[in-house]
Amino acid sequence: MILEFFEIFFTAGFWAATIRIACPLIFATLGEVICERSGVLNLGIEGIMSLGAMVGWMSVYLGADLYSGIFIAALTGALFGLLHAIFTVYLGASQHVTGIGITMFASSVGFFSYKLILPSSTTPPKIIPFEKLEIPFLSEIPFLGEALFQHTPFTYLAFFSVIIIFWLLNSTPFGLSIKMAGENPMALEAQGIDVLLVRTVSVILGSSLMAIGGAYLTMSAFDAFYFGMINGRGWIAIALVIFAAWKPERALLGALLFAGLDAYQVRAQQLAGAFIPYQFFLMLPFFLSIVAMIIASKRTRYPKALLIPFRRGERH
Amino acid sequence: MNPLLKVQSISKSFGDLTANSEISFEVNKGEVLAILGENGAGKTTLMNILFGHYMPDNGQIYFKNNPIKFGNTRHTISLGVGMVHQHFTLADNLSVLENIIIGQKSLFSFSLSKKTALDKLNSLIEKFSLPIDPDAMVSDLSVSQKQRLEILKTLYKDCELLILDEPTAALTPQETEGLFKTIKNMVNQGLSVILISHKLNEVLSVSDRIIVLRNGKKVGEKKTANADYKSIASMIVGKEISYPKKIKSKINREVLRLEMVSYKSDHDLDVKINNLNLKLYGGEIIGIAGVAGNGQQSLAKLLTGHLKPTEGKIFINQNEVIDSSPKNFMNQKVAYIPEDRNKDGLVGDMSIWENIIMTETDSIKIFNQLGFINSKNSHDQALSICKTNDVRLQKIDQPARLLSGGNVQKLLIGKWLYRKPQIIIACQPTRGLDEGAIAAVHRMILDARKDGNGVVIIGEDLDELLSLSDKICVMYNGHLSKPLDTLKTDKLTIGMLMSGKGF
Amino acid sequence: MINFRLEERENKSLRRQIISPFLAVFVALIISSLFILLAGVSPIDSFKELFIGSFGSRNAIAETLSRATPMILTGLAASIAFKARFWNIGAEGQLYAGALAVTFFGTGLVELPSFIMIPFLFMVGALAGGLLLLPLVLLKNYYKVDEVVTTLLTNFIIVLLVSYLLEGPWKDPMSLGWPQGASVIDQGVLPQILSRTRLHLGFIFSIFFAILIWIIISKHLIGYQIKAVGFNPSAANHSGVPVLKTIFIVALLSGGMAGMAGVTETAGLKGYLTLDLSPGFGYAGIAVAMLAALHPLGVIASGIFLASIYVGADAMSRSMNVPTYLADVIVAITVLCVLVSLIINQYKFRFLEQNK
Repeated sequence: MILEFFEIFFTAGFWAATIRIACPLIFATLGEVICERSGVLNLGIEGIMSLGAMVGWMSVYLGADLYSGIFIAALTGALFGLLHAIFTVYLGASQHVTGIGITMFASSVGFFSYKLILPSSTTPPKIIPFEKLEIPFLSEIPFLGEALFQHTPFTYLAFFSVIIIFWLLNSTPFGLSIKMAGENPMALEAQGIDVLLVRTVSVILGSSLMAIGGAYLTMSAFDAFYFGMINGRGWIAIALVIFAAWKPERALLGALLFAGLDAYQVRAQQLAGAFIPYQFFLMLPFFLSIVAMIIASKRTRYPKALLIPFRRGERH
Repeated sequence: MNPLLKVQSISKSFGDLTANSEISFEVNKGEVLAILGENGAGKTTLMNILFGHYMPDNGQIYFKNNPIKFGNTRHTISLGVGMVHQHFTLADNLSVLENIIIGQKSLFSFSLSKKTALDKLNSLIEKFSLPIDPDAMVSDLSVSQKQRLEILKTLYKDCELLILDEPTAALTPQETEGLFKTIKNMVNQGLSVILISHKLNEVLSVSDRIIVLRNGKKVGEKKTANADYKSIASMIVGKEISYPKKIKSKINREVLRLEMVSYKSDHDLDVKINNLNLKLYGGEIIGIAGVAGNGQQSLAKLLTGHLKPTEGKIFINQNEVIDSSPKNFMNQKVAYIPEDRNKDGLVGDMSIWENIIMTETDSIKIFNQLGFINSKNSHDQALSICKTNDVRLQKIDQPARLLSGGNVQKLLIGKWLYRKPQIIIACQPTRGLDEGAIAAVHRMILDARKDGNGVVIIGEDLDELLSLSDKICVMYNGHLSKPLDTLKTDKLTIGMLMSGKGF
Repeated sequence: MINFRLEERENKSLRRQIISPFLAVFVALIISSLFILLAGVSPIDSFKELFIGSFGSRNAIAETLSRATPMILTGLAASIAFKARFWNIGAEGQLYAGALAVTFFGTGLVELPSFIMIPFLFMVGALAGGLLLLPLVLLKNYYKVDEVVTTLLTNFIIVLLVSYLLEGPWKDPMSLGWPQGASVIDQGVLPQILSRTRLHLGFIFSIFFAILIWIIISKHLIGYQIKAVGFNPSAANHSGVPVLKTIFIVALLSGGMAGMAGVTETAGLKGYLTLDLSPGFGYAGIAVAMLAALHPLGVIASGIFLASIYVGADAMSRSMNVPTYLADVIVAITVLCVLVSLIINQYKFRFLEQNK
């Protein structure tokens, strides 16, 4: 019996599932990393993901191709990011309340428009989602091929975006500005850079990543949109950002670790479901997020200007 | 020869307050111009206008005959003006080089070109002999290294006029000497410097010309060679301010004693404290000197119950303190005037009276047995405290943050003195205040000493510490020197200790 | 690019503060009309239907007030916590904690006469809600773990716990397969206060607690300390205010209010615990508190108002082709509009001319 719990690790399906589960979290966590690095906590994440999931799916359902679907989802995310930025960056409103407000707004707009377009569907209609793209040669490697190289293009995009964001933050002028905006915005302004612009662009960019993360669920992981399908993934991403110490490469690691536990949990549930109720398995991700934050809290260094609005020309 | 910078009748007001009124002056190439004035005289506002942070209401500024576009920092920088703010504008999470190259390339370009930047930086480091490691993280730099980085930042942008805002505020006397050498070196290479300061001695030693601001107006201009201390000093202050005299006071019993107190913590930002010993008697003022960040804040927190010593004992009135909590120290008649009065001293969004009664939660007059606030008594008490201590306010109900710095400090000290403390721990009690308020604060502290209280002043301004204290200890890297008798020591000796020599 | 600066207003007029929430609501309704237009119907007709649905009859009013009951309580929960800048977004979980406590004690374990039983149930519900929040307060204070995330995550954990209990050990055998808890005993059920409607005693309780919290916040040492800690914990600490203790009290009060919302729903509206006990009352409480500018008495009005939106939207969607989610859209837009109005109350916009 105990052996069976071990054997899970030796199935390629487990590793493939880990990667699949990680993808929305990777997008969302990267998005939140960018926002928070620039000094803005974006609690709109849960709603933006939900809306992204709906919009991406709906575009395809209404006739767009899959890539346009991703693009439209990203655009929608960007729009809500802009709204968030107007409130928190330009008006200096509370980032907590704005974020909750954006989450309420984005998810309710998503639900409202879904019901408006599809008023009387009892079983959610489906689209043809991204199909597996088997990478030539690599996908034929036994075990590894199935685990790593038989995924949808959307999945590869998630991993590619980690590289892009890593490069952005560490090797471009804009990335440095993001980091400075979240640490000491006065310093950035003294170098002649518009802090508000940097923060706004960061929140827009981050929010569109969040929306793409949501779209992954309806366009790659599943093929339909369900109400409440985000189910706390946005909040988990926020915990992962802390666990990742605001670094994209560690966000990837955190998301994979987390997804691995989740994938394991699903399989272990099938083995142990008889004597442990499934709800306890479902609680696990939320517990783990809290534990991860406790572990990370001792050593992490917050971006110093996180949550603090920057006002131009204020007397100091 | 045309002047490098020409400032013509600049005026600026904030609401009712006139910060600058019709100010005009010039700066020549290769010259150090010092702008002197009290806090609130308008120096910083003027420089912020020049540098593009604020828009003036009136006036023009020309740099190399080009008019400066106001409110546009980028443009000012591009003309060749650089500014080192009193509070450094550096990001701790980036390296020295990264702090310098931000803003050099277009925000959305794809590469940082670190290599070329490094070459340029290294040549500047050599040219102006300002040694620094380009790859060091800013969080690891000392205060004077950070200042060096700030100067390099402006030089990197090919600045021809460097504005230094209170550059010596956090330096040891030795580091100050080093900075002045750098300034002279830069001037010899053809740069011009504007030095903003309120320390007259320093200005006299390094500048070529002096202008004095008072209440937002230019009240005088002199070549440094023709200036003397006394005439400039009276120009700065304008009127005679009666400074309180320190009279001999009677030392009575011991009120506070530290025995081998240490504080270590791995997660806090507080500096470690190692084996401190200190005795404070009633009627005595002990000054704690030192460069900021050597453990003074931890010491203040230990002395007021905000930190608990990890080793050693604290005695108040010969009784060992068991319960290290701010409340218990308050009950033992310790008053704490924190360094950052706006952040730690007052709740700015609450009214003045609410702030005053905050320390009075044990008073039945203010809070009845059931815990309800007696509004009338609170107002009366607050009003009388404000009156006794000359706190100038419009309404006792106004939010506390509308008070000026001097009034905040008078209110803070006043409300603590009302509790009749025996021990007063004051951190930088006059930082950022104008001369009138400084005199008032000094008077309050000296009166407290006369009444037999023990006072610890933690500060960076050596002149102030020397004039107020009976004894001075120096803090360096978490250690405390033996107390020196102020009458028998001098700034040089203390400066040596501040840089760690002699521990 | 528009260049402007926010300048703090020196005198904040009381009139502006009172008018601004109404203005915010008005603007929110106008923006929401755009969504109604999307549905292809007239916004004016829709709002009329919405109004009739929530206030148009004795029964509609009763329904609105009974929906307002838990929203007032979660609104109080949010306003106390936000006053202390403690971001408790976990009212939803605390509500279920209160409901669990009622199910545990109120379905037969304890039997007391009604006039003791009802206060007893409120007490255990409040305690359950408050206790759920306490470990999170400890985590925040000792490990600096952000409470926003922990309270949010806890919501999911508690709902799953409820799901487990209702499908497992606490499942009512009489419920014919539906996952629901046993019924609250008769002595514990909150009596109807308007005959032939669902309006129950819980409404009176919620008003009572709003007044109580108002007294505590504005007249009592505790409220005074909560404000001080909220505005500036560092200065409060330096003045001898016991910050940690204050935050504990805040957590107990805030979690307690949300827990009692669980009591009113379990012992008042439904009579037993179900998994859909709260359609997001915990989150709606944040909107209620914001609309009331965190004022406890204002929470009563804003709670009733937002409840009327939900109740009215149900009725409206039955008669017109507008999805019920319109209510959520209106509430969300209201929150955002209130945020803007709060900024306008505090700051003046000063537009700067751009030099060429």
